[in-house]
Amino acid sequence: MTALSVPFALIPIPAVDTVPRDSNPPREPDLTMDASLPAHMRPERSFQGFILALQRFWAEQGCVILQPYDMEMGAGTFHPATTLRALGPKPWNAAYVQPSRRPKDGRYGENPNRLQHYYQFQVIMKPSPPNLQELYLKSLAAIGIDSAVHDIRFVEDDWESPTLGAWGLGWECWCDGMEVSQFTYFQQVAGFECAPVAGELTYGLERLAMYVQGVDRVYDLNFNGREGDAKVTYGDVFLQAEREYSKHNFEVADTAMLFEQFKMAENACRKYLDAGWKDGKREAHLMALPAYDQCIKASHVFNLLDARGVISVTERQSYILRVRELAKACGEAWIHTEAGGAA
Amino acid sequence: MPDLLLELFSEEIPARMQAKAADDLRRLVTDKLVAEGLVYEGAKAFATPRRLALTVHGIPARQPDLKTERRGPKVGAPDAAVQGFLKATGLKSLDEAKIQRDPKGDFYIGLIEKPGRDAIDVLAEILPVIIRTFPWPKSMRWGARSGKPGSLNWVRPLHAITATFGLETEEPDVVKFEVDGIESGQTTYGHRFLAPAAISVRRFEDYEAKLLDAKVVLDPERRKDTILTDAKQLAFAQGFELVEDQTLLDEVAGLVEWPVVLMGSFEPEFLATPAEVIRATIRNNQKCFVVRDPKTGKLASKFILVANIEATDGGATIIAGNVRVIRARLSDAKFFYETDLKTKLEERLPKFEQIVFHEKLGTQAERIKRIERLAAEIAPLVGADVAKATRAAHLAKADLLTEVVGEFPEVQGLMGRYYALAQGEDASVAAACEEHYKPQGPADRVPTDPVSVAVALADKIDTLVGFWAIDEKPTGSKDPYALRRAALGVIRLIAENALRLSLMKVAASALGGLSVQPADAQKLPHDLLAFFADRLKVQLREQGARHDLVDAVFALGGQDDLLMIVRRVEALGKFLDSDDGKNLLAGTKRASNILSIEEKKDKRSFDGAPDAALYSLAEEKALAKAIGEVQAEASAAVAKEDFAAAMSAMAKLRPPVDAFFDKVRVNDEDAKVRENRLKLLNEIRSATRAVADFSKIQD
Repeated sequence: MTALSVPFALIPIPAVDTVPRDSNPPREPDLTMDASLPAHMRPERSFQGFILALQRFWAEQGCVILQPYDMEMGAGTFHPATTLRALGPKPWNAAYVQPSRRPKDGRYGENPNRLQHYYQFQVIMKPSPPNLQELYLKSLAAIGIDSAVHDIRFVEDDWESPTLGAWGLGWECWCDGMEVSQFTYFQQVAGFECAPVAGELTYGLERLAMYVQGVDRVYDLNFNGREGDAKVTYGDVFLQAEREYSKHNFEVADTAMLFEQFKMAENACRKYLDAGWKDGKREAHLMALPAYDQCIKASHVFNLLDARGVISVTERQSYILRVRELAKACGEAWIHTEAGGAA
Repeated sequence: MPDLLLELFSEEIPARMQAKAADDLRRLVTDKLVAEGLVYEGAKAFATPRRLALTVHGIPARQPDLKTERRGPKVGAPDAAVQGFLKATGLKSLDEAKIQRDPKGDFYIGLIEKPGRDAIDVLAEILPVIIRTFPWPKSMRWGARSGKPGSLNWVRPLHAITATFGLETEEPDVVKFEVDGIESGQTTYGHRFLAPAAISVRRFEDYEAKLLDAKVVLDPERRKDTILTDAKQLAFAQGFELVEDQTLLDEVAGLVEWPVVLMGSFEPEFLATPAEVIRATIRNNQKCFVVRDPKTGKLASKFILVANIEATDGGATIIAGNVRVIRARLSDAKFFYETDLKTKLEERLPKFEQIVFHEKLGTQAERIKRIERLAAEIAPLVGADVAKATRAAHLAKADLLTEVVGEFPEVQGLMGRYYALAQGEDASVAAACEEHYKPQGPADRVPTDPVSVAVALADKIDTLVGFWAIDEKPTGSKDPYALRRAALGVIRLIAENALRLSLMKVAASALGGLSVQPADAQKLPHDLLAFFADRLKVQLREQGARHDLVDAVFALGGQDDLLMIVRRVEALGKFLDSDDGKNLLAGTKRASNILSIEEKKDKRSFDGAPDAALYSLAEEKALAKAIGEVQAEASAAVAKEDFAAAMSAMAKLRPPVDAFFDKVRVNDEDAKVRENRLKLLNEIRSATRAVADFSKIQD
């Protein structure tokens, strides 16, 4: 989701052993941090421990824990587990990490909190459960954010994705003045009404982890929770990639090839959609997912072209429309598949 | 009499929607009560982020009984008609009906007595309808029920409904109803974090008190008071002064149920960034207040935040968190500002060639060229240096492409001024970068520096002429390009700076600079002038002046000098307030009335000079003489733009006009004399046209 592109650094919360957890017992059954975890797995010590804590929490809520989709995309919402599964009547609860590529947000590794590749943690629950807000707050507790000392707020933020033909109402969730998540009740996806409505949560992982680890620079995040020689930082893992991809995205990416790829993906998407209608009748579809992959592809190629600055203001709108048309056609195909709820 | 308590408990309602929603709830419920014959004593509605609440007190326990008469069929009508009548009225037989005689015959009349229902039953009927049809600006579906059509739409998921009705002295009843699976009851919940438990409430008084115990301040006004008082105190205690901000206060009060005001600080180095940028950053992104040094009036490196909880650590973590975010935000703002300073404004201009202003009006670059040309043309008319006006118009829009303005559109113009000064532009040129947008509305300041005035006029007139040319004029409530505001801006610029300008000429020139030409290019300046006249009328009406006088002046034709129009209207207004003015107006109208009747009768007009030889009465001669003198004197005064003198001259016409009507019979038996007197009346009308068309003035 777009608004999460700028992770801001936050304060160090008190070191974990000074948090008087026992003197301030949770009101609910203990879904907060697991005290038995070894130090290097604790969410406030390690980035991977942080992700694992979220996965574990949402697994407890009955979500299937998926792995990232194996394609480049701008946001976790593009994952078919959200975009397509949000459509149709069948219940669906899933959580996953999705690497998000925002070619334009690259800063050659020089900005302390802007990245062209970062992680989103995405939760989708359909239909939205009545206690989704409570679950969200408990998930914050599970990663070390205690609502007794932190000011957590739900601030209006209506979400709209012009490329996906999707919109929803919800909030950006604030913790002590920092936006840490997006919370959306999907109303429409790919131009179709969501019935029932799915609730979607998107956590900006780096931003949140910087907050609980108390670091100001994303590259200083402790990735593996170890200290001394065994410590691996976010910078160790990603700094070189940020430099290389920034150069690629802004300076070198082959625009002629990308223009061609956009057309190819667009044509392939149309072709697979046409070929997927069973017996040529528009009653059942057999290839919504492969077609949708091409839509994801077109969208990412567009983002790369945009970063290279070769798309003019007027053309920009028409490219967005072209991707939206693909997304809509894929949504139409999806609702004629088994998982999409076709009889 | 019993009271109603209604609470709609939901997930967080957007702050900007709360006040109107509370008001809508009160209005919808009370209107419906009155329509149902339940006249209440008072009502008050409240909103917090998580609830809308309404109390209506003094509702009668029952509706009054209603008696209505229904006219039935004629006596002796066929049985089907009689049966239908009995069914409709609920009468058992015709014996229960009256018979009424009227000219058409004898008719049955049924008396229907509709006993009033208990108010609680009426409420149980109307409340769910109001909830289902509530006018949220944006609403949504949620949860399992959203899988089926017809599920409830609310601003965010609705969780509980409290609805009780009863006397102060008794245990109230729940108004029983159900909306989309939510049963009304008397259970609500306290603060999300500080007191989340369920609370059982009876009526408004204990409801408000119990909420307060559960860390919810129900009344938004009270939350605002708390925030403002605490913020001022906190600032004062540290030797600062709160920079008050009503819009921000309203918003912040809609984001908390339990306001806790805290203060944080940022590094003083950030104060090198323009104060407006710091304030915009802190206000827009973080919804925090800024404070200033009361002695210097300059911003201090502090901010005030409003939290929603009483934290167990006294707020230390919350402050530290906000400090971090504000530091990061200010670093960004500082970076944007410093980056902007590295590029000269004119170096940004080529980019405007890629940016479309309006598809039919070309790019921003083309628009800037037009404004430059027009500003140069207007400059000498308003006493501005042509080179400076051209330069200012050249640079005035460049800040739209800066990082800071991209981030905070509300500092457009202002940043242009900063950047222009930084690159060593003339002070007037820099000022014009900011001021050419002014005045933005009736309350905004009108620039006085001639360079600013020239560019402001050029910008607005180009916009008006452009959208007129492509026929995108405002209609009704639709004015997407804010053309009314632009026109009012032109009027105020001219009137308040006492500028002499032919609008027709300037508009024609602006039109000539456009690449699109409308089919009726000749007509356009006239059309636009009429629009200005309309705006002038609206403005005068808002100032409590007589807007009909604008029509009277415009009707003279050829009036396109706004300043002269305004002056003339003012003088005319004063004159018409005097006895001389009132009587002359009455006399002129009388003359016009007589003329129009006689013109109709004779099917001809009475133009042309009267024949002095045909005057027989002294009053005729006196009037003719006075008309000649007054006309000459008034025209001379108008030519000197001395409208007060013109009006004084007009006043001299009053005695002879009065005397004429007193003594002279217009419809003389001698046709020639009659014609001559009618011509004389016509002369009164034309004489007054030296100052205004009196026929357009309302009595």
